[in-house]
Amino acid sequence: MASVEISGLRKSFGALGVLKGIDLSIEDGEFICFLGPSGCGKSTLLRSIAGLETLGDGTIRLGERDITDLPSAKRDIAMVFQNYALYPHMDVRRNLSFGLALNGMKRDEINRRVEAAADILRIRELLARKPRQLSGGQRQRVAIGRAIVREPKLFLLDEPLSNLDAGLRVTMRAELAALHERLKTTMIYVTHDQVEAMTLADRVVVLDKGRVSQFGSPLELFYRPANLFVARFIGSPSMNLLEAEVQCMDGDLLLLGGPGLLRPVTAEIAADAMPEPGSSATIGIRPDQVEIVPEGEGHLKGLVQLVERLGVESHVHVKLSDGRDLLANVRGTHPVRVGEVVHLALPGAHIHVFDAEGQALPRRLDPETEALINQHRGRRVA
Amino acid sequence: MRKVLLHSALTFLAVLFILPFYWTFLSAVKSTAELYQFPPVFWPSEWHFENFAASWNKLPFNTFLWNSTVVVMLSTIGQLISSSLVAFGFARFRFPGRDALFILLLATMMIPWDVKMIPLYMEFNFLGWINTLKPLIVPAYFADAFFVFMLRQFIMTIPLEIDEAARMDGASNFDIYWRIHLPLMLPGLILVGTFHFMNAWNDYLGPLIFLNDQSQYTLTLGLALLKNPHDLDITAIAAITTLLCLPPLVLFFLAQRYIMDGAVGSAVKG
Repeated sequence: MASVEISGLRKSFGALGVLKGIDLSIEDGEFICFLGPSGCGKSTLLRSIAGLETLGDGTIRLGERDITDLPSAKRDIAMVFQNYALYPHMDVRRNLSFGLALNGMKRDEINRRVEAAADILRIRELLARKPRQLSGGQRQRVAIGRAIVREPKLFLLDEPLSNLDAGLRVTMRAELAALHERLKTTMIYVTHDQVEAMTLADRVVVLDKGRVSQFGSPLELFYRPANLFVARFIGSPSMNLLEAEVQCMDGDLLLLGGPGLLRPVTAEIAADAMPEPGSSATIGIRPDQVEIVPEGEGHLKGLVQLVERLGVESHVHVKLSDGRDLLANVRGTHPVRVGEVVHLALPGAHIHVFDAEGQALPRRLDPETEALINQHRGRRVA
Repeated sequence: MRKVLLHSALTFLAVLFILPFYWTFLSAVKSTAELYQFPPVFWPSEWHFENFAASWNKLPFNTFLWNSTVVVMLSTIGQLISSSLVAFGFARFRFPGRDALFILLLATMMIPWDVKMIPLYMEFNFLGWINTLKPLIVPAYFADAFFVFMLRQFIMTIPLEIDEAARMDGASNFDIYWRIHLPLMLPGLILVGTFHFMNAWNDYLGPLIFLNDQSQYTLTLGLALLKNPHDLDITAIAAITTLLCLPPLVLFFLAQRYIMDGAVGSAVKG
């Protein structure tokens, strides 16, 4: 096990900068997810840690060792590839033992490790099979087994569940979480699926255009997104964002007005971060916090354009009076109908405010949520 | 009806294709009288299989066979190693001028053998290799453009992640070539090996130019010795030709599955 320290990491493909100065400090035994849209640099960052990419600048430390210039095999890192990358001509046993044999390990020790990994992953009966004789889930297990037998200090997993069907993905996700609990080895997991990141990770690195947009616990990203990118990216459906203007402050309360707002919206912000009155801002609120209220009590008014009834909840798509769209999630049995004019309230406790540069102003949260956000270690039951 | 017509046409073409082989075989086992009989005999009254042994013993064909075997085996090994190694280099390494170099390599396919014949002779003469088997073996250790192209395409269908996984497992570049790519390239290698074997086995011009001494002759040159204008022994020529056809035929039948797969599907196989 080991911590990972990444500082000033830069990488370009020709003139195209892919990683633009990455600094990360990952603790020993953490499960970290790199999350971001396609092309954000998450796989390149993972491959850089693996030693599969030549770096432009920066350093990577694994524990006490600087591994920046070490070849992949010497880094004490194992990687699980997106398409498994099993050796097609070798049976499962040889796939698992290939690296160990190559490094001159004794036969007895190789067998011990292979069989231990096979037991952990329940693939003992598959040891004599070739990869083409395995299902997707079995191949995935073998790929993980190949990483386990090396007993590395760091596991890297590059979208390992993306080739599996939805049901198997959920099963494997739980198995991966259990595996991490069992091995307690530092793991870095790349995904573009926020559900995977939120459910698996102790902490999530959200990447945007080669930069770390936010690094925090899953709940921190959800309740306290650092900027507009994270606010839009985390949460499904996405956060509603409305342009606004700062009107005035009252202690920790910030009043915001703006086009289409029937009355000012109140937000609870740390007093030392209050913006100037008159400055532009963006109001953010998650769809499930928007409330349909009687006339006269709402902040916004709009026409219901579409109601998606999902059973437990209904997604109500509203066209606001100034032409903007807003989404409200209400209970599944709410009687709202298409074509109806609704009044919407934006409760101050759930309002996010972003300044003109798109950076979040620090929210006041209730102590319970605050505690949950900070509890990013040991979340799972073994 | 359409199927019947198609099958009839295919049968006709197959017969047309096999007829020269059958005719050669017949000429080898017919009696001298039936050999020149007109209209020709398609089913001899007597089968003279002893003609094969007699023809073989007319000249030192054991020596020719040994020479041919040495040339074919050593050059095939060379061709397999060198072409796959060069193909691996072009498929997996990034270096300045790689694509230009590859195009240059492919361009060498357009240079006819006749153009290279004299410079090659001069080169081998300078090296003192004339009248040895080296000119027929050593060039195969420097890869063939067509085979390199074919194997490169084959390697490029193998996911790069497999190389990377091996690299993380501690494999060197040579390990990746030797332990990962060579086994995965097997269908391609069988294809290359068969093609090269047939080329080398049937090569006449190369041995004719580079070999002077009968003790160095290969089977094709030995066969040509039977074409004496004063004593044209058709039975012997037909018998040796029939025997010469056997190894490539056997090899082709053994490797048939790989050859069809490789020639048709090498671009899409992983």
